Amino acid sequence: MSDLLKMTATQAVFSLSQKEISSIELTNAYIDAMETTSALNNYVTPTIEIAKQMAENADKAYAAGSAGPLAGLPIGVKDLFCTKDTQTTACSGILKGFTPTYESTVTSQIWQSGGVMLGKLNCDEFAMGSSNETSIFGPAVNPWSAKDGAALSAGGSSGGSASSVAAGSALMSVGTDTGGSIRQPAAFCGVVGLKPTYGRCSRWGIVAFASSLDQAGPFTRTVGDSALIFSAMAGHDSKDSTSASVGVPNFSDVVNSSVEGMRIGIPGEYHMDGMDDEITRIWKQGRSWLEQAGATIVDISLPHTRYALPCYYIIAPAEASSNLARYDGVRYGNRVDAETLDEMYEATRAAGFGEEVQRRILIGTYALSAGYYDAYYLKAQQVRRLIKQDFDSAFNNVDAILTPTTPTAAFELGAKISDPITMYLNDIFTVPANLAGIPGISVPAGLSKQGLPLGLQLLAAPFREDRLFSVASAIETQAQFSLAPARAAGELS
Amino acid sequence: MAVDKHAVKKIARLARLQISEEKSELLSADLGNILNWIEQLEEVDTTGIEPLASVNEHSLPWREDLVTDGEINDQVLKNAPETAGEFFVVPKVVE
Repeated sequence: MSDLLKMTATQAVFSLSQKEISSIELTNAYIDAMETTSALNNYVTPTIEIAKQMAENADKAYAAGSAGPLAGLPIGVKDLFCTKDTQTTACSGILKGFTPTYESTVTSQIWQSGGVMLGKLNCDEFAMGSSNETSIFGPAVNPWSAKDGAALSAGGSSGGSASSVAAGSALMSVGTDTGGSIRQPAAFCGVVGLKPTYGRCSRWGIVAFASSLDQAGPFTRTVGDSALIFSAMAGHDSKDSTSASVGVPNFSDVVNSSVEGMRIGIPGEYHMDGMDDEITRIWKQGRSWLEQAGATIVDISLPHTRYALPCYYIIAPAEASSNLARYDGVRYGNRVDAETLDEMYEATRAAGFGEEVQRRILIGTYALSAGYYDAYYLKAQQVRRLIKQDFDSAFNNVDAILTPTTPTAAFELGAKISDPITMYLNDIFTVPANLAGIPGISVPAGLSKQGLPLGLQLLAAPFREDRLFSVASAIETQAQFSLAPARAAGELS
Repeated sequence: MAVDKHAVKKIARLARLQISEEKSELLSADLGNILNWIEQLEEVDTTGIEPLASVNEHSLPWREDLVTDGEINDQVLKNAPETAGEFFVVPKVVE
């Protein structure tokens, strides 16, 4: 059974097409793994019957010679994507019981490509958090353990998406990234996480957090698998006016292409005071791996880096306060009855939203309110342009940028949740890419002294995910990272 | 920027969030801290910089003005907390 869990998606597609294994066997192995790893709290709504039905359909498609590129592959979905007839909560009390009557574009493209839905995965409430601890279902737990056995955060917001792929209870998964919500949990759990270019994947049918920053992306165990599923997720969608009319190449073709002669930028501003030595060490290691692979390393400057987080914490809450106005207890979601309409709104929203969501709604409302709009929101938008310009000029000179993904390895559950700003600092290296709309990938690069995964982040110019895949696979080849968390379903490598 | 209890209540009212007296005090400290931290943005010289609302700066695409769906009242109403016939129900708004 564990042999099935060890396969990468690329290997599984081969074995399925050779009829060496069936999708129902593969899917059943994952369903068993969901059971044995249930203490990690990754699945908030498992969809076992749907999975079995989709697996049967995939087996028929292979028999008929009409299998799509993801046919028969068991995939988990962050509970932020609307799934038709399957509860979608954004891990918020206000949406408990919400059952969409439609399917998000990204997930429907995955099912059309033959993917098998295992269930809905845990995340921070409305994707607001960096530890998965704001979820109404409680935190997803990292399958890697600290030496003293303490339970670690899987990261967030897409904690369940990262943890399930690392623990072997999903072959691949999808999540969303507004300020690092794919890359940070991927780094914490030792898997590959891709945040595509803004506009690359349709946002239609994804519960909105900050519309100018949100992007969907995949979690996988290898760079090759990332390219495989991403090729199926991407593409223009007339239902999302911000989705780009840009062709989608077959990204699997560029994985393992040489980085010889590529120019890789190292931004000096990402050396932060008080940064873990281990992070500095892995960053230097990544740099020398790429040099050995034939790339040229270039020191670059992204002068506005340190303003990215405060800029983000105006823009994201401002957009969130507007997006979350729709949860009013009238059209969907839960309601708290009251005498008047306004009292009903206020009671419903106070009861339905958790603490961090309310905090961000209030910050956003404040930043957009009369008298403060120019000082906060307009100022943040100006700084956002400067951050984007930093990247624009950097990419005139380099093909990709190498940074650490996170300032630390995974931390203990409960360690940061009481201090919002400390929690926000987790996203210090990931937020700039969202503000600039550029693609980023986190690839597992090694272990800390505590035996926990550390990730390296690569950034590229808009729509150059191909470069991310070739540089990330060069790092993957040299790092020989062994995905072996203590609390996985079976041996994964 | 200090955000006093009254300011918190005013913002909460704008955001349609009911908050208790006790909570408004906690939030006053919380929001004050976050806004103080955000104010480092003032160090940045943004004179003459055009605000960036979205990296997607091209104009919105046009489409034909056609009906593409409809007759789905049941779907629209399906997740509503309270309905009557083809309508959403809310507390009485006018006398």
